[in-house]
Amino acid sequence: MDKKIALSMRGITKRFGKVIANHRVDLDVYEGEVLAILGENGCGKTTLMNMIAGIYFPDEGKIYKDGEEVVIRSPKDAFELKIGMIHQHFKLVDLFTAAENIVLGVEENGRYNLKDVNSRVSEIAQKYGFHIDPQKKIYDMSVSEKQTVEIIKVLYRGADILILDEPTAVLTPQEIEKLFRVLRRMREDGKSIIIITHKLHEVLSVSDRVAILRKGEHIATVNTCDATESSLTEMMVGQKVSLNIERNRPWDPVPRLEVKHINCRDAEGVQVLKDISFTVNAGEILGIAGIAGSGQKELLEAIAGLQHLTSGEIIFNNPKKDKPVTFFHKSMRRVKELAAQDAFHDQMGNPISFQGMSRGQIRRQVSEGAVLFREDEVIDLRHKTPLQIRELGVRLSFVPEDRLGMGLVGSMGITDNMMLRSYRKGHAGFVDRKKPKALAEEIIKELEVSTPGVNTPVRRLSGGNVQKVLVGREIAFAPKVFMAAYPVRGLDINSSYTIYRLLNRQKESGVAVIFVGEDLDVLLALCDRILVINSGEVTGIVDARTVTKEEVGLLMTKTNASEKEEA
Amino acid sequence: MNIWLNFLIDSLAFGVTFMYGSTGEIITEKAGHLNLGIPGIMCMGGAGGCLVLNMIGASGLPGFLIVILGILGAVLMAMLCGAIYTFMTVTLRANQNVTGLALTTFGVGLMKVIMSKLDYAVYLVGPKALYRWPFAGQTNALQYLGILFFLGIAIAIVASIVLFRTKKGLHLRAVGENPGTADAAGVNVTQYKYAATIIGSGIAGLGGFYYIIDYMASQEAYLSLEAFGWLSIALVIFALWRPHMTILGSLVFGFLFSCSSFIANIEGINVTMAAKPLMKMLPYAVTILVLIISSVRNKRENQPPMSLGLPYFREER
Repeated sequence: MDKKIALSMRGITKRFGKVIANHRVDLDVYEGEVLAILGENGCGKTTLMNMIAGIYFPDEGKIYKDGEEVVIRSPKDAFELKIGMIHQHFKLVDLFTAAENIVLGVEENGRYNLKDVNSRVSEIAQKYGFHIDPQKKIYDMSVSEKQTVEIIKVLYRGADILILDEPTAVLTPQEIEKLFRVLRRMREDGKSIIIITHKLHEVLSVSDRVAILRKGEHIATVNTCDATESSLTEMMVGQKVSLNIERNRPWDPVPRLEVKHINCRDAEGVQVLKDISFTVNAGEILGIAGIAGSGQKELLEAIAGLQHLTSGEIIFNNPKKDKPVTFFHKSMRRVKELAAQDAFHDQMGNPISFQGMSRGQIRRQVSEGAVLFREDEVIDLRHKTPLQIRELGVRLSFVPEDRLGMGLVGSMGITDNMMLRSYRKGHAGFVDRKKPKALAEEIIKELEVSTPGVNTPVRRLSGGNVQKVLVGREIAFAPKVFMAAYPVRGLDINSSYTIYRLLNRQKESGVAVIFVGEDLDVLLALCDRILVINSGEVTGIVDARTVTKEEVGLLMTKTNASEKEEA
Repeated sequence: MNIWLNFLIDSLAFGVTFMYGSTGEIITEKAGHLNLGIPGIMCMGGAGGCLVLNMIGASGLPGFLIVILGILGAVLMAMLCGAIYTFMTVTLRANQNVTGLALTTFGVGLMKVIMSKLDYAVYLVGPKALYRWPFAGQTNALQYLGILFFLGIAIAIVASIVLFRTKKGLHLRAVGENPGTADAAGVNVTQYKYAATIIGSGIAGLGGFYYIIDYMASQEAYLSLEAFGWLSIALVIFALWRPHMTILGSLVFGFLFSCSSFIANIEGINVTMAAKPLMKMLPYAVTILVLIISSVRNKRENQPPMSLGLPYFREER
């Protein structure tokens, strides 16, 4: 083949703090081709492309356009070099019309005339087979229309190299087919198209060549005609790395949490969870694997009571056991209500109704632990707020992905953060600070949190220490279900192993642990079973002891369409 | 002249004070910056203009030069304050509300110090007549209309044309709506933010100058200026972020603000002392009403710029 190189990168390295996003990447893009960039989450695909588009500036390495070295410092520089990027999150001004968005930032001589713009937009649309109304406001548009605006915006600027960041993630299969037809027409027109994706069948159907990135490094570039789904997956996930994480067989697994056919839509009405069903057993670690944004966050939030479900149930199975009543929710009325229903009894099993007792007497009995009650065996957590879940006596711990946003308050000290769990305890309107402080000190000691003191704002701690504080607090709550989303993200090896150990200890004490991870090696080594989620659907629940990395990788990237074809 | 017409003209003449302030604030807010320093900037604009007039008022310079230098003094002083705000909030990414409020406290205080040192006879008595052209000789409300009155209306209209009909305006609105998008499209976000906040401040500063020199033209005028700065910010909401709408808004605000004294002048209506402050509340009540109506109607075009109050930093992730 005698094709001209349009753009090439040599030795591109980019770091964010200590994290290396790209390491010495070499890549060539030819004219009139579709190049797919394939890789797992966080392997640096988008970062690499952002450096060509002028969003980031590389720390090392050179970029050549048409054989000449170029420096791209801003998106404007990229436009001047005829490079345009269509971001995953559209960069459009909602309030403007399509035409206004398209013309935004274009420096042209002559008067600003929207009519001219409109006709030029229609011209481009016709050439490549788009459908667009230039006068339509963005906030009235569907996702696919918005994407069309983005693509025309880039073409309007005369781009030769188009970078599309996961363009199909938000489209329906019909829209994807339409997009691919447009991409093929652009290729015939001599344009270079770079498409970032992790959907293998799309790579195979639209691209000419595939570049595979893994952990920030360029692994290989192959011709699509020579590649198969399994060969690509193999390169994408790499060789299995054996990690030295201890793992015992689950001891006496009984179903603890049953998720049945749950569906959930996000704020924009996109269905993020589609008919998800699974069971988590007590005493096991269930891993959740999936490409970022496949619905992991929504799934955990749904269980924690933070997402509104359109349908389905979440059943929490509590072991039937006597336990002392506490005034955890401090509602005497609720206690009396339950007493009237014969919910309470003493150690002998005789019912206690509290009849004729003063509030003080009841309080004393309760605080002495003399009142027991038999918990409900099955509780539906659907449409319950986190507080209601807690009041029902369901001990659910959640370590969210966004530690300092959802998990902890960055400007407060460790003690105060402990109190986020216990602020309802205490007497006569005053909070109890002693126990949280003792807990804070215990966590610092046990988990080796390095901090100047219990009152240092947690924001000032390093990522690993922040995570230890959060995980420590959630474990101290003695949960029955423990959910952790990416608990080792951004942590160094030692801190990561501390977290793995903590999760294992929970598992051994009979807690049902849900672990959302991104590193397949860790998932395979730590978990008992792995649930694979793909675009909001469960594509498989596999035994982590026997499954291979490639199998999980395939489940993560495969879409239903290709599954049906095979079937 | 009809007493009502007189009153309307007077209301508008009064309203020009906050027409300047709110036009300036709208331009600033369109760049995504909520500038609560506007009262202080208006005060400093007034002080800057008077300071210049105090120097040249009795120097015997030609009239038009005194007018131009006075206006320049006001604009430059206000721009300087605006530049402080912009540097703090754009370059140093300080909290916009805190910076703005600090600037107001600072500006109002400094203005009072400056004004108390100036010679009333020099900065006001002579130059005042120059700004009152061309209706100075009239005995009805037209006597309050001067150069700065017409300039204010012109600026409000031109600002609307620039914002909604030109490429620069498109870029500026994009910066205020979604700076990330504007940046990715190749618009220099920092440059636009600086230009908009500084120009907006300059325009607002003229409001203070107009009020002291032209509309009130009294020794104590500066003492009540701060209140109109806050009214200007309320007027932005009333005008739904459209500069030309501030002309209508300032007429309504001026009318409502001074109607307590106006109604007392009409026969048969007796306004008690207790009712006066209540009536002065009207402009704010109307603002709340407009806010409620525009929120309920929920039309996207009538909402504040999307990224108003949020700092922008490109490599944040």
